[in-house]
Amino acid sequence: MPTVRFTQNIQRHVGCPTREVSGATIRETLDNYFRAHEQARDYVLDDQGKLRQHMAIFINGNQIQDRENLGDPVTPDAMVDLVQALSGGIQ
Amino acid sequence: MSSRCHVATRKGLFTLDRGKSGWSIARVSFTGDNCTLVMHDPRNGDLIATLNHGHFGVKMHRSRDGGATWSEIATPKYPAKPADYVPKVPIEGKAADWSLKLVWALAPGGSDEPGVVWCGTLPGGLFRSENSGESWELNRPLWDDPLREQWFGGGADHPGIHSICVDPRDSRHVILGISCGGVWTTRDSGRTWQVGGRGMRAAYMPPEKQFEPNVQDPHMVAQCPANPDTLWVQHHNGIFRSTDCAASWSEIADVKPSAFGFAVAAHPRDSDTAWFIPAVKDEKRYPADGRVVVNRTRDGGETFETLTRGLPQEHAYDLVFRHALDVDETGDRLAFGSTTGSLWLTENAGDSWQTLSSNLPPVYAVRFEK
Repeated sequence: MPTVRFTQNIQRHVGCPTREVSGATIRETLDNYFRAHEQARDYVLDDQGKLRQHMAIFINGNQIQDRENLGDPVTPDAMVDLVQALSGGIQ
Repeated sequence: MSSRCHVATRKGLFTLDRGKSGWSIARVSFTGDNCTLVMHDPRNGDLIATLNHGHFGVKMHRSRDGGATWSEIATPKYPAKPADYVPKVPIEGKAADWSLKLVWALAPGGSDEPGVVWCGTLPGGLFRSENSGESWELNRPLWDDPLREQWFGGGADHPGIHSICVDPRDSRHVILGISCGGVWTTRDSGRTWQVGGRGMRAAYMPPEKQFEPNVQDPHMVAQCPANPDTLWVQHHNGIFRSTDCAASWSEIADVKPSAFGFAVAAHPRDSDTAWFIPAVKDEKRYPADGRVVVNRTRDGGETFETLTRGLPQEHAYDLVFRHALDVDETGDRLAFGSTTGSLWLTENAGDSWQTLSSNLPPVYAVRFEK
């Protein structure tokens, strides 16, 4: 199963432990992760389900392409990293 | 007379108490985080603070022990935009987003509707909670009104609701101020809405559009609690007053040093008295001649006194945002904070001011506990 790992910076707001969860796409993988960590969903996705403007997701070190539908494929051995973009700090 | 004041800033929420020796900062909450708004609910003592995390979005927290501890509560969510949604062409040529950008107004409902809280947002949605913020629902009659799509941003990229006035005589009667979308009224708790007000003028529009209600940019709307038919508006291009509950507006011209500004406070008992903080219009936005002043009228806008005692009168470039001025329930105590982190307070209705801090982060909102 893919491994989902979060930036340390989110942990003070909501606990997001590293976990292995199933999923063939980023959307499926995150949905499965958020099922057990529902509060984290709104920190990563906006109210339309898109990746927040100043968040980034990497699969094995490669940034995803589909920020709206999160359709990028995920292999069973993938490492999925959710991090803050460097932009967005002006808020 | 209020002895507690909350100050929402770019780097946290500051609570000031008045002790025997005067005012001082008693508590800092959310240190380092962007606290954009705070609301005190006089019905149950709740505090609701809004944080805007640059990366993680807008969040709301509530305290039920005066700010000692906080818990995250629900944040308003826009519903999914329908796949077949076809927007009309609004004034800036793009469809409004259906996604929360900023919480720009929070107001408790009436004394007869405990738990009701109204919330205005960018990009223009009005939300209502019936359980003190545990959950929120978008007001669809306003959101689905075809005129709503014609709203446009004023300063911000998106239109937004910044003023919510709940009539103390009738909680179903709510008046909104929208930049830019004018002044909207419901008399049935939000089931139906009307935009209105003859006489409000938008100098920034072509001549044939200047008096259209839906293009107005009221920077802030303040209602006199003791005489709710009287409303004051600090507008983008002037000051307006209504004495018929927003049915019509009179423009108050020739206000020195400027009729431009963002904040307005209405006296709680005397509907002829209000305070404004003028600035140079409109894209420059700093105090005229580098002097921080407060304009006070006590005769319904016929004349203004420019109050300066205790305020910096040279090389001061403090801008005061629309929510950063407040008056307590007596009308004697007022406080305002600035973009450059100054905080001033008066205990004699503005005759003289004391500096409570010159070193705060940029101030977004000042609210007395009433």
